[in-house]
Amino acid sequence: MSGFPTLLYKELLRFWKVGFQTVFAPMLSTLLYLMIFSHVLEGRLQVYPGVPYTVFLIPGLVMMAVLQNAFANSSSSLIQSKISGNLVFVLLSPLSYREIFLAYVLAAVVRGLAVGLGVYLVTLGFFDVPLRSFVWVFVFALIGSALLGALGIIAGIWAEKFDQLAAFQNFVILPLTFLSGVFYTIHSLPPFWQGLSHLNPFFYMIDGFRYGFFSVSDISPYASLGIVAACFLAVSWLTLRMLKAGHKIRH
Amino acid sequence: MPAAAVLAAFILFTSQMTLAIEVKRVHKRFGGLHALGAVDLEIGTGEFFALLGPNGAGKTTLINIIAGLMRASSGSVRVMGYDVVADYREARRMLGVVPQELVFDPFFTVRETLAIQSGYYGLRNNAAWIDEIIHHLDLADKADANMRTLSGGMKRRVLVAQALVHKPPVIVLDEPTAGVDVELREALWRFIKQLNRNGHTIVLTTHYLDEAEALCNRVAMLKQGRIVALDSIRNLINSIPGCSIRLRLSPDILPAALQSLMSSREEGYYILAIKEYSQLENVMAALRVAQAQVLEMQVLQPDLEEVFVKIMGNTRSQESASA
Repeated sequence: MSGFPTLLYKELLRFWKVGFQTVFAPMLSTLLYLMIFSHVLEGRLQVYPGVPYTVFLIPGLVMMAVLQNAFANSSSSLIQSKISGNLVFVLLSPLSYREIFLAYVLAAVVRGLAVGLGVYLVTLGFFDVPLRSFVWVFVFALIGSALLGALGIIAGIWAEKFDQLAAFQNFVILPLTFLSGVFYTIHSLPPFWQGLSHLNPFFYMIDGFRYGFFSVSDISPYASLGIVAACFLAVSWLTLRMLKAGHKIRH
Repeated sequence: MPAAAVLAAFILFTSQMTLAIEVKRVHKRFGGLHALGAVDLEIGTGEFFALLGPNGAGKTTLINIIAGLMRASSGSVRVMGYDVVADYREARRMLGVVPQELVFDPFFTVRETLAIQSGYYGLRNNAAWIDEIIHHLDLADKADANMRTLSGGMKRRVLVAQALVHKPPVIVLDEPTAGVDVELREALWRFIKQLNRNGHTIVLTTHYLDEAEALCNRVAMLKQGRIVALDSIRNLINSIPGCSIRLRLSPDILPAALQSLMSSREEGYYILAIKEYSQLENVMAALRVAQAQVLEMQVLQPDLEEVFVKIMGNTRSQESASA
């Protein structure tokens, strides 16, 4: 029998045991964003016709929470295991590099979706958020979190210290999510910034995810899906190559 | 000959043929550093084997290559006949490794740690064996305690338990008794000896040469990434001729006739080196002539430590001669 289900179980148990920090704390911070931005900007911005700003903001914030937590899960688990040395227990086992990849990515997806679902359910108590297509919402949440989970593996393998991982998170992941249209539609930006936004893969994840709620998006959800899926495949290929070569983990 | 007897003879033959560990021409380079150079090593099934050498000799590097934690720059390694790269799944199932560092996952209890480790090997209904290991390693009181709360000695026991969850035929222990108190050290060795009696091959590294001498059948000595000695402990010790005599005399003066034999002086004692036991008679005669009274006398056999010091020293002088 394969060791994959156990590694997945261990990765899920790891974040669930500290669920207050890994699930509830990010839910709270996302809801604080919602409270502050909706208080300041509600009524001042018209994004989509007939959609209040707060309702527009909710799917963006939910997806932001999904993506950031998926990344945080795989990256922090790997770097903790690397620095404390207990990654050796996985490396000594007959688990293949594909099984290791799959377990870390799936655990990242589960945490991302758990935080995102939590935020969404809480907001439902206060706002009337339409859900036009569950399939689009689910597909973008799934692929987006898997992409960030894989990216988290790369960051976890690459970083040798916690501050290097924090740098990756603060200088790459955070700007890309904040500048992806979570808080605004890119049509409101000057042409230069609009063009730049199109180079940001996070924009397509947020835009496609939001399409599932409102059936309105900045670009076609099919185009977004194609770009996000291509990014996922490219990042997965790179991650698998790093794991297969044992880059920084099997010397 | 009945078929069953033929089969039993075949199994016996093949088990004797299979090497527990086979290292062939292994090199490992870290940039400009040649950490292992053309290491060849064969360890048979059922052996109790020690890898000895000073710090930085390459012991842990060799173990890491055997365990698949590092990749050799060239050469090959097999565990129970399985190549550690090409057949890594089978090779890793055959091997249990106790790492040198006290590593643990702070999220889990002892029992969870062992169940998870067992699951990595695809063994999911392994509670009976896990209970048995917990019992043998005296971990029962701490089975449901978080790993963080355990003392260093207890963490070391859990590391041993983790290496055994999948019942590997070959067990590698990298400095298992470093920083461990005497009581635990003895308990640990009792358990490891029991495993060896049950047919497990044991490979260990240790800085305590008396431990290696008491436990192992064969040793390899590594120096600067090369094997400089590989033999049974008996043969290695026999390679040093003669023995030492430790004397306490009254008056505390060594007769002039024996000065040439003195190898060292300890507080109140003279250590004399003799090449053959027959020289003992000459020593006694010289003492009688000098009217020296023997207060204490011990005949010291060479031990592994002496062999180790001699071999490491010899290779050093050879190196300086060839430099």
